[in-house]
Amino acid sequence: MNTATTAAVSTRLAAGTAEGPQAGAALRVTQRRVLLSEWTKFRSLRSTVYTLLTAAALMIGLGALFSAITAGPAGGFEPGTTATSTSLTGTFFAQLAVGVLGVLLISGEYSTGMIRSSLTVVPRRLPMLWAKLAVFAVVIFLSALVAAFASFLLGQAMLSGQHLDVALSDPGALRAVVGAALYLTVAGMTAMALGGLLRNTAAAVTTFVAVFFVIPPLTNLLPTTLTSHFVQYLPSNAGAMMLDGSYGVVNPLSPWTGFAAMCAFAAILIGLAAWRLDRADA
Amino acid sequence: MIEVENLSKHYGDKLAVDTVDFTVQPGIVTGFLGPNGAGKSTTMRMIAGLDKPSSGRILVNGRDYRSAPAPMAELGVLLEARSVHTGRSARNHLLALAQTNGIGRRRVAEVIDIVGLAEVAGRRVGGFSLGMGQRLGVAAALLGNPATVVLDEPVNGLDPEGVLWMRTMLKSLAADGHTVFVSSHLMSEMAQTASRLIVIGRGRLIADTTVDEFVANASSSAVTVRTSEPAQLRDLLLGPDSTVSSANPGTLLIHGRTAEEIGTVAWRAHLPIFELTVQHASLEEAFMKMTHDSVEYRSTDNADSVAVAA
Repeated sequence: MNTATTAAVSTRLAAGTAEGPQAGAALRVTQRRVLLSEWTKFRSLRSTVYTLLTAAALMIGLGALFSAITAGPAGGFEPGTTATSTSLTGTFFAQLAVGVLGVLLISGEYSTGMIRSSLTVVPRRLPMLWAKLAVFAVVIFLSALVAAFASFLLGQAMLSGQHLDVALSDPGALRAVVGAALYLTVAGMTAMALGGLLRNTAAAVTTFVAVFFVIPPLTNLLPTTLTSHFVQYLPSNAGAMMLDGSYGVVNPLSPWTGFAAMCAFAAILIGLAAWRLDRADA
Repeated sequence: MIEVENLSKHYGDKLAVDTVDFTVQPGIVTGFLGPNGAGKSTTMRMIAGLDKPSSGRILVNGRDYRSAPAPMAELGVLLEARSVHTGRSARNHLLALAQTNGIGRRRVAEVIDIVGLAEVAGRRVGGFSLGMGQRLGVAAALLGNPATVVLDEPVNGLDPEGVLWMRTMLKSLAADGHTVFVSSHLMSEMAQTASRLIVIGRGRLIADTTVDEFVANASSSAVTVRTSEPAQLRDLLLGPDSTVSSANPGTLLIHGRTAEEIGTVAWRAHLPIFELTVQHASLEEAFMKMTHDSVEYRSTDNADSVAVAA
């Protein structure tokens, strides 16, 4: 039986050789191939799909809820909001799900040990990070864009009862809808960078939620003379300027300047994550 | 081929690997032996480019692995059993790894067959037994049909049939001209699989030798004799270089004399002998002796590394 086994294994390994790999001038790591691999990783985990659906539900559902309240008896627009921004309020809740997903896509590799497999087959390492960011950014942007349009249309339909609604062709409306998708994309990439930098799910999620969700409202407790100098640069406040509201920020940045500030914050964290990935032991 | 030159690795104050030099040649299975905590896994992680050496360097097939254009054709690695995301199916796990180097689905199906996971390839890895996890790790290592294969404790968690399968596979890889480097803390396993041995203890290279030489050098030969006159024979054999002990009445265990010498002495004294057996020291014993010595040379600490090996 022993020799029979030997013969069988031998033949099959040899068959593998004939197939090509060793002859494999074709074998080579390219950025495009790593992108394909990261796409396979992304789509083959059930949790990613569930988290995306959760994000979409939060975005559309809460947008509709806030629109309904605004159009209700005790309604009216909150200070610093508009019909467009009200219908897109869900963005700030969807970012929690998007952020958690961004963190998990990297920290999950560290917690399961997958990272060792991933980096062994791509020992230059950085192509894996770029591919992860790119796949995640494209998926989030496209799904968020669909959810943002749905939120806008549903929200405006609810506001139309009180004739508070605007059309997509109105000034700033289309930018705000696309801006909501961009906001979620950059927020997600920031979270992903935090996951890569901290390599720990709990630490990265906590940091993300603190920076994007908890700290900005807390700054309202500080005197305006102090906060007016910096709150507009907090990444969530800066990015939110794309959504056609000022949200009570005293010195609001213009939409695209705000978005650029948010991108800069993400870029710094991505740079740090890349530095740690490249230099540190895996 | 793997060339390790002056390799050291610190983790903070702790020196995990201490100026180690060795070469692993293609065409044979080379065992990497040492007690737990000796630095085997650290060395293997450095070979795979996961940990950076504090000093020294490693060449895989003549170059720095981290700059290899086609890494999966150069090196296949099985590190810990679970270097796998538990939420993914075995097939998707392998596919994701394969795609980075441009390896197709056909080869993925092929390695799944080779390691015998075809029936469970669609199941999530989280539900896999330790043995199935090891097989999956081997499948990943074989994907690119790499010139060099590095496996850390591959028989861990395998059932007897799996152990046999693993040995057969390692030998056939070596026979095909691959470089095969396999770690184990089980000396008996290495004796059946490897032909060369790299032995380390406490991060230092202890031996770079063949399995046969290793046993011969490290063991003191012992001979068992069964006789009706144990007391007389013992008196004749005792000397400055030899020791005689007795475990059972009528049986002597002699160190320091060859079977030829013992037989001749007994014949001259007209003592009857019923059995004369040379005891070959097992690899296990040779290893214990060798690592024990290495601990004694560095006797500032307690001898825990040997205790762990047992």
